[in-house]
Amino acid sequence: MADKVLMKGNEAIAEAAIIAGCRHYFGYPITPQTEIAAYMAKRMPKIGGCFLQAESEIAAINMVYGVASTGLRVMTSSSSPGISLKGEGLSYLAGADLPSLVINVQRGGPGLGGIQPSQSDYFQATKAGGHGDFRMLVLAPSSVQEMADLTVKGFELADKYRMTSMILADGTMGQMMEPVSLEYDVKPMPEKPWATTGTKMEREHNIVNSLFLQPDALEKSNLERYERYKFIEENEVMYEEYMMDDAEICIAAFGIAARVAKNAIVEARNKGIKVGMIRPITLWPFPTKAFEAAAEKVHTFISVELSMGQMLEDVKLASKCKGEYMLCSRVGGMIPSPEEVLAAIEKANGGAK
Amino acid sequence: MVVFEKPHALTDVPLHYCPGCTHGIVHRLVAEVIDELGIEGKTIGIAPVGCSVMAYNYFNCDMIEAAHGRAPAVATGVKRANPENIVFTYQGDGDLASIGMAETVHSAARNENITIIFINNAIYGMTGGQMAPTSLPGQITQPSPYGRDTNHCGFPIKVCEMLSQVDGAQYLERVAVNNVKNVKNAKKAIKKAFQNQVEGKGFSLVEVISTCPTNWGLTPKKALEWVDEKMIPYYPLGVYKDTTAEKEAE
Repeated sequence: MADKVLMKGNEAIAEAAIIAGCRHYFGYPITPQTEIAAYMAKRMPKIGGCFLQAESEIAAINMVYGVASTGLRVMTSSSSPGISLKGEGLSYLAGADLPSLVINVQRGGPGLGGIQPSQSDYFQATKAGGHGDFRMLVLAPSSVQEMADLTVKGFELADKYRMTSMILADGTMGQMMEPVSLEYDVKPMPEKPWATTGTKMEREHNIVNSLFLQPDALEKSNLERYERYKFIEENEVMYEEYMMDDAEICIAAFGIAARVAKNAIVEARNKGIKVGMIRPITLWPFPTKAFEAAAEKVHTFISVELSMGQMLEDVKLASKCKGEYMLCSRVGGMIPSPEEVLAAIEKANGGAK
Repeated sequence: MVVFEKPHALTDVPLHYCPGCTHGIVHRLVAEVIDELGIEGKTIGIAPVGCSVMAYNYFNCDMIEAAHGRAPAVATGVKRANPENIVFTYQGDGDLASIGMAETVHSAARNENITIIFINNAIYGMTGGQMAPTSLPGQITQPSPYGRDTNHCGFPIKVCEMLSQVDGAQYLERVAVNNVKNVKNAKKAIKKAFQNQVEGKGFSLVEVISTCPTNWGLTPKKALEWVDEKMIPYYPLGVYKDTTAEKEAE
C-alpha cells in the first residue's frame, strides 16, 4: 500500500516533475499557480537542479526551448494570460519537434480577467496554442493525484512523440489539498540523437530549427508531424466513463467540473434518472470514439464546463450532432454547483423523447 | 604548407549575404576564434531572426534557431542545462535591441556566462530596410522616408553604454569591421568574449558596427566610409565595461 501525503495540487505537479527527472524549471509569478514556482525555488537547489524566475512568460518559454534543445526534461507553468504570451514559443517548440511540459492553471478571462478558476482556455490548448498547424498533448487532471500522475505521463508522452504536453488544470485543482501517492516507476528517457549538446568533433552538427523556406520542405515537415499526431489519436486517448452502461443522458466534463458533476449524477441516480459521464482525461486527443458510441444510446449530452461552451463544440463533433445538446456552465471564476448540474440533468430528463 | 584556409568552424555552404555586407567578416572572425580556442566540439550557437537567420547552416557547431529577440533566453536555457558547453548568440539590432531588449538586459543582469555577438548596422536588413532602434537621427529608412525625426520617434539606443550600467554585465566592447585595423581589433574583442566564457568570467557582449550597403542605398565602399563618417561618431568604439581585467589584477 503506497504511502500518501497531503499536498496542494500545484505542489503535487512540482514534486511529480522532479520525480520524473525534471531538473530545470523556468517561470514567472501569476495567480493561481505561483506555488509551483515557489516549490521549485526551494527544491531545485537542493537536488542540483535549476530554478530561475524569468523576466516574463515569454522569456520562460524560450528558456524551456533552450533546455529542450539539449534533450533534458524541462518545464514551465503559468495561468491563462501568461499562456497567451507563450503562444509564439509553443509554436516554435512544435515546429522544432521539441519535447516539453507546460502547465496552465486556468483563471477567469478574457484579458486580465480574474484569479478564480476557469476552463476557458480549452480552445487555446486544443485548437490554437500558437500559430500554424500543430497540436499539443492536452491532459486534464481532475484530482490532486491526477495532477501528479499526468505530470509524469506528460513528460513520457512529450519525449515519446517530440512535442509539448500541456497540463490543463484550473485554479481549484491547483489550490485544493488531497492525499496523493508519489510512487512512480519512471521509465528511462529515450535517446535523443538530435539534441544540441556539442558535436565533440565526432558527428555532424545538429540543428534545432523550425524554418523551412522551401514550401515543399515545410509541407513535408508538417505532413510528417501529422503522421505522428494520427498515431497519437489512435493510441493515447485517455478518458473515464462513470455510470455510462445504461445511461440515457451523458455528461461531458473535465477537471473540477467533473468532480461537481459526479455529485450531481449520484443525486440524479437516486432519483432514478439514467445519467452517466464521460470524463476526458486527454482533451487532445479527444475521446471521439467514446462519444460516438454514447451517441447511439443517449438522447442528450450535457457539457458541464467553466467556459461559454468550448468543449461542447468537440462533444457535438465527436457525437456527429446526433443528440440534443445542453451547456451547463459558469464563467468568470464561478463554479457550477451540484444543484445547478442536477437541474440541467432533470431538464434533459424532462425533455426525453 | 597551408598559408590560408577556411576555418573549420565554418561549413562549406556558400553565404547568401549581399556584396559588401560585413556579416561575412564577422562569421569568419567568430569561426577563427572557435578554432583557435579549440572549442568547436562543445560550442552551441544560437541564430537570430534577421539576415543571419541561416547562420545555423554556416557554422559547424551545433546550432539552434531562436525566435526573434529570444536568443539570450534560449542561451540561458542551454547554458544552465550544460554549463560546460560554450554558448553564443549572434544577433542583429532588431533582434537584440528591439523585440529582444528585455531578454538582452535580463541575461546581462543575471550575469549569464554566455557570449553575445551584436551586429549593429542601424537598419533591418532582411525585411527590406526598416528603422532599427539604432538607426541614426535623420537616417532614411522605410518607416522614416524623410529621415528619422527624433521629435516623432525618439533617439537611437546605445546598447554598450546602456548595458554598462547593469551590474551583471562583465565585458562590453564596441568594435567595427570597416577597415583592416578595426577588423583585427574586432577579432581580439570577440576572442576575449569567448575566452571569458571558457574561463567562467561571465556575461560578455561585443557590439560590431556593421554595414548594410543594400538598405543604406550605398555602394559597399561608400558604406564602409559611412561607418567612419556617421556611425562611429554616434557609437564610439571602445571598451565600455571590463570587470575581467580587474579580476585578473586581484
